[in-house]
Amino acid sequence: MGALQSLPGRPEYSDLAEKTGFSFEQIGVLHKRFKQLSHNEETLRRDHFNEIHDLAFNPIRAQIIEAFFDRRNFHQDGEGKVQEIGFEEFVVVMSHFRPPSDHMTEEQREKTRREKLRFLFNMHDTDNDGTITLEEYRHVVEELLSRSGTLEKETAKCIADAAMLEVASISVGHMEPDEFYEGITFEHFLKLLDGFEIESRMTIRFLNMDTTTLCK
Amino acid sequence: MPSRTVSHGSSGRLRGLFLVMVLVFLESSVFTLAFASSDQHSPTTAHSDGHKATDHGSHNNTGKAFPVLDLNYENVRVPFEISLWVLLASLMKLGFHLVPHLSNIVPESCLLIVVGLLVGGIIRGTGETVPPVLDSKLFFYILLPPIILDAGYFLPIRPFMENLGTILIFAVVGTLWNAFFVGGLLYGVCQIGTESSSILSRIGLLQCLLFGSIISAVDPVAVLAVFEEIHINELLHILVFGESLLNDAVTVVLYHLFEEFSGIGTVTLVKGFLGVISFFVVALGGVLVGVLYGILAAFTSRFTSHTRVIEPLFVFLYSYMAYLSAEIFHLSGIMALIACGAVMRPYVEANISHKSHTTIKYFLKMWSSVSETLIFIFLGVATVAGPHDWNWTFVTVTVILCLVARVIGVVGLTFIINKFRIVKLTTKDQFIIAYGGLRGAIAFSLGFLLEKDHFPEREIFLTAIITVIFFTVFVQGMTIKPLVELLAVKKKQEAKRSINEEIHTQFLDHLLTGIEDICGHYGHHHWKDKLNRFNKKYVKKCLIAGERSKEPQLIAFYHKMEMKQAIQLVESGGGIKLPSAMPSTVSMQNIQPRPPTKPAAERAIPQLSKTKEEEIRKILRTNLQRTRQRLRSYNRHTLVADPYEDGLSDLFLKKQKMFQIEKKLKEMNTYLTVPAPPPDSPTMCRARLASGKHTDFKPDQVQKGNKMCSDPQAYSIKPALNKVPMIQVDLASPQSPDSVNLLDEFGQANQQEEEEQGLMMKPPSRPREGKKPGEEDEAKDQQKLMRCLSDPGPSADEDEDGAFLP
Repeated sequence: MGALQSLPGRPEYSDLAEKTGFSFEQIGVLHKRFKQLSHNEETLRRDHFNEIHDLAFNPIRAQIIEAFFDRRNFHQDGEGKVQEIGFEEFVVVMSHFRPPSDHMTEEQREKTRREKLRFLFNMHDTDNDGTITLEEYRHVVEELLSRSGTLEKETAKCIADAAMLEVASISVGHMEPDEFYEGITFEHFLKLLDGFEIESRMTIRFLNMDTTTLCK
Repeated sequence: MPSRTVSHGSSGRLRGLFLVMVLVFLESSVFTLAFASSDQHSPTTAHSDGHKATDHGSHNNTGKAFPVLDLNYENVRVPFEISLWVLLASLMKLGFHLVPHLSNIVPESCLLIVVGLLVGGIIRGTGETVPPVLDSKLFFYILLPPIILDAGYFLPIRPFMENLGTILIFAVVGTLWNAFFVGGLLYGVCQIGTESSSILSRIGLLQCLLFGSIISAVDPVAVLAVFEEIHINELLHILVFGESLLNDAVTVVLYHLFEEFSGIGTVTLVKGFLGVISFFVVALGGVLVGVLYGILAAFTSRFTSHTRVIEPLFVFLYSYMAYLSAEIFHLSGIMALIACGAVMRPYVEANISHKSHTTIKYFLKMWSSVSETLIFIFLGVATVAGPHDWNWTFVTVTVILCLVARVIGVVGLTFIINKFRIVKLTTKDQFIIAYGGLRGAIAFSLGFLLEKDHFPEREIFLTAIITVIFFTVFVQGMTIKPLVELLAVKKKQEAKRSINEEIHTQFLDHLLTGIEDICGHYGHHHWKDKLNRFNKKYVKKCLIAGERSKEPQLIAFYHKMEMKQAIQLVESGGGIKLPSAMPSTVSMQNIQPRPPTKPAAERAIPQLSKTKEEEIRKILRTNLQRTRQRLRSYNRHTLVADPYEDGLSDLFLKKQKMFQIEKKLKEMNTYLTVPAPPPDSPTMCRARLASGKHTDFKPDQVQKGNKMCSDPQAYSIKPALNKVPMIQVDLASPQSPDSVNLLDEFGQANQQEEEEQGLMMKPPSRPREGKKPGEEDEAKDQQKLMRCLSDPGPSADEDEDGAFLP
């Protein structure tokens, strides 16, 4: 899509474009934004993200920021966290939010779904053990409710418990009273959000990004 | 009712059919009586006048004896007839569902039109003139508003807003295209295709365009009636339905525009331009009026906590006023009604009692159902009434053109729209959208409104309109269901709004907003988030009473779900298996990170001390009272509180639970630190390790710790009581009778808490998981201990209870 326009001499863009599926224009815009956020440095750090003013109101901003520094989202089979990211990692993380392209086979669509759900899963599974335990889920719900004013910790716990129960019911079905459901694995997570149409919901319209709004 | 019929076998059905038939004939005979009596009207009054006169005269005139039984139908004529019509409509609705299989094949709307035809035929057959029942005033001011309000109040906002662009394009551009295409081509056909002397060639362009604008609007009543029964997926439903609602503005503008132009006879460019402006005025003005009244209604509902009985009335009145106010200024009344209902709903629902909510829902459904039935019956009657002027060319060309225009319009617009949509509309979708463009009574009423002197060809128009309506409702309405099956269109998913989906919907919203902020891109989510924040900060404070204004959406959703499940539970009989979509035996204990191995009976367990029991009971009772306090607001203060009506069945349920808890507590076996079990059992290991920490604790104190601690792990009784979430547990484990389940849960919860005292010993087969939860448990145990130690006692708990009762 689109020709290499006002970005001369950027061979790495074609790699990125191929890897992430963005167009050259989109990568160019993202690069501009990257430079803006990082104050023209080579890498982004967490405090750069903390400077974004709009993000302050977001109840899950900590998790969002962490997601950028999570190696699991870099598609390189790494684990753990990094302290700073380069432009490539930035684009790779952003690529999770690309809308599905028009002509996708069922297989590609499934792959996209898995990718996006994997991103969400990684956001919840903070200790990298492959399952979302009850504690982690509780943390998610608490964070969601954290900006709502009233700190209703008990209700948050009950909501998380109920949700966990639901997952267990859907995924495992029958459990003996003495069995134990350790946590939501990725497969269960997939099953849980089956009807969620994540591939169209978890998207940003990169198409409409114009540089006039990149004012911060 | 159907089940009863089935169980009685064929005799029941025959009985039902017979009853319906008898009633139909009864009604029609009464009608004839009514009309017959109108002939006697004058003689009767004259006679009674004469009688009075003579009475005033001398007493010698004995005359007629005092009428013990007199027939005076005229006084009650109008209300009586209205009631008869409504009764007929309702009985018809009943009848259709008694007849098996009929409602599967033929949509209700078709049957009702047929009934109308029959009734009209009967009336005409007896020689009377058929009353012009589908009077436009009656239709637009009485019959239509309930249907639209029902649609607007229960409009699913999220899908509507997400697809608003598509809906608007279909509604505005699509209707305009339809109107001009049909009108223009019809004019061409009339001019070219027929001889110059025929009546058709006298129809002017403007008249044709007016006719086109009347006939091109997709009708919400018909769409609702048919789409209700086919259960297609939400996207298609909202697209067609939203289009039918929003095209009202276009129809209003076009209608008035062409009507005026036809009257005046000349069209100028300025007038055309003014027409465009007036479209925006009509649409936006209607929405504005609706929003205004919606806010008023929300604000009023904030103060209704003492007069719960009239809460529904405010909703209805404000909405109706919005509709009428919009109609005063020739703005779009439908859009006003939709806007009013949609705007007021979240705030009103937060303010009103549960009973009022149910009342509103049921009244709206009832009125809209009756209205819809009446509309279709009247349509049938009006068809019989005429006046008709059948013109083969005109009618057939109209029907064909309508179909063609719709198809071309939908396909063309989808092509453009798909460029901007993330979820594209497939060919199947387009077909359903095109095929679902049903015309209905609005078109007929608009045609009926035409004045004869401006439109000498009014009858031709009416006939054509009726034919198109019949065609779409009968042919398209009947065939759409098998077509949907044939094309395997996605059906509506049994929307079990699960708590997980709600959590993730919210999570995704925030995530996408965050990503947009990181990108610096002020997109869709950014503005939505801003609106939400504005709403939360300012609007909710004004319009929602008391503490509810701060309740976050997730919690509100959760409480609503609990309430629903509680009602469901009690309605299903309490002890009967709850039908669940997810049959499983998973219950709370399965997800709590410790294995509740049922201990053997060999443990000797100390009983709860009396004081402990008393404390527990007191806490339970206060919890119950707390909930009752909240539920008391649902009372009708003017009436004596009926214990069974009070607080739905929740209280009853809670009483039941409390009783069970107490019963359970009496027999509860707590197995804390007693080293009775054999050495290598998990219990023993647990106990051994536990005793290392806990032996110094008195049982009752740990008991206290169990019950009173706001333990994050323990599924304690206390929080459980403050909601009805026991139910959600039951939902997951429907195999066992729910009441027993409750017991089990409490029992197991208690046992669990006991077990939590010790370390969990997991089988070594799951090393990875075993390690972590074990460590967790240790940490939590420590936590728990600390909490137990620091726990000041029941009073603290009550405060906590207060905290999370919203």
